[in-house]
Amino acid sequence: MNIEEYISSGKLELYVAGLLSKEENEQVHKDAEQYPELKKEIEAIEASILALSKKAAPTMDKANFSSLRSRLGLSETKVITLPKQKSNWASYTGWAAAVVLSAGLFWMYNQNKELESKIEVVSQEKETLETTIENANNSLIKSQDLLNTIRDQNIAVVALGGQAVSPESFAKAYWNKEEKKVFIDAKGLPEPPDGFVYQVWSLKLNPLTPTSLGLLENFKGDENKIFALANNNESEAFGITLEPAGGSESPNLEQLYTLGVASNS
Amino acid sequence: MQLETLVVQFQQKDPKAFEKLYNMYAENICGVINTIVKNSDISQEICQDVFIKIWNNADKYNSSKGRFFTWILNIARNAAIDEVRSKSHKNSKQNLSADYFVGILEDSTNLDHKTDAIGIKKFLQDLKSTCVQIIEMLYFKGYTQKEASEELNIPIGTVKTRNRSCISQLRKNVLN
Repeated sequence: MNIEEYISSGKLELYVAGLLSKEENEQVHKDAEQYPELKKEIEAIEASILALSKKAAPTMDKANFSSLRSRLGLSETKVITLPKQKSNWASYTGWAAAVVLSAGLFWMYNQNKELESKIEVVSQEKETLETTIENANNSLIKSQDLLNTIRDQNIAVVALGGQAVSPESFAKAYWNKEEKKVFIDAKGLPEPPDGFVYQVWSLKLNPLTPTSLGLLENFKGDENKIFALANNNESEAFGITLEPAGGSESPNLEQLYTLGVASNS
Repeated sequence: MQLETLVVQFQQKDPKAFEKLYNMYAENICGVINTIVKNSDISQEICQDVFIKIWNNADKYNSSKGRFFTWILNIARNAAIDEVRSKSHKNSKQNLSADYFVGILEDSTNLDHKTDAIGIKKFLQDLKSTCVQIIEMLYFKGYTQKEASEELNIPIGTVKTRNRSCISQLRKNVLN
């Protein structure tokens, strides 16, 4: 297509005047879309007519459009709602982001809670373990103490044999005369029935004089069943009887479980 | 904003777009009407009616049929011609033959002081009277090429080429 010829033909001027046929109008429109020079020319022609027609205008009333708007029943508020598509897109995006963010925050909050409770459980376990270790340490110390006590060279060991009431019973007394202490190993005694307690006696044989050394309290609860008692006496023998709770003034010899004589050293 | 976008929004009945278009073209449309009715107040009244019509017929415009300005120009011309005809009760374009622009150029005492006669003279200087007439007929009064050729007594093919050269001169004057 020869653009220059097209332009100089005068067709575009008629196009702006609106004097072409429907088909010609459509053709020019199409051509102008395709060739920017044509569109530019059309706009320039239009601009000259616009300039001239503007000069012919009467002095315009400024409020013209508002009176037009009220005649058409167009409200101002309607104006605001119209650039909808763009702002909607932005606000949808904003809401979506807010939803995602709050979901994320909620998830993180839950994660945090879960972790906190896990930490609590773990720290409780740790405390329990520490207690166990401490207990084990304590019991180890006790056992070592016990072992050291028993191994002490001043210790006299007295074996206490089972008597008529309970022939299978046995016990041992570890007597430290220097420290005036006696340790009773009561592992070989049966558990005392409810309301009864074992009582340890120091005996003088000639004449037979029993002196209470004390009770094996909390027999069930004591794991190693070794009891430390004070002994100020020049004991010749040790005996263990079953007495009512609280102990007795003098031994009930019918309930004598074990008895052993200290060898003279 | 692009005119095309504005027109599309206007066709979707966007009052904001309509207001913009009004501000762009109201003076031109009123000016075109004024060249026909030659009365400032009446032309403003018709001008408002024309914009009401434009709004109500927004969906009838199609860019493939021509320029947006051409469309509203046509509506304005018809409205103004209807007004003049209803007053004169004569069914002929002869009523419109008293040329507005030629009148302004020839008559130093402008009939309507509210228009910018000096501006019009500036734009139309150096244009032959046939040029002024042909522009007024084709753009402001809606004459067909045939009607113009008869009125000016020139061959119909000449209308097109003469109009082209007249518009070229007008364009130069407008740019200066």
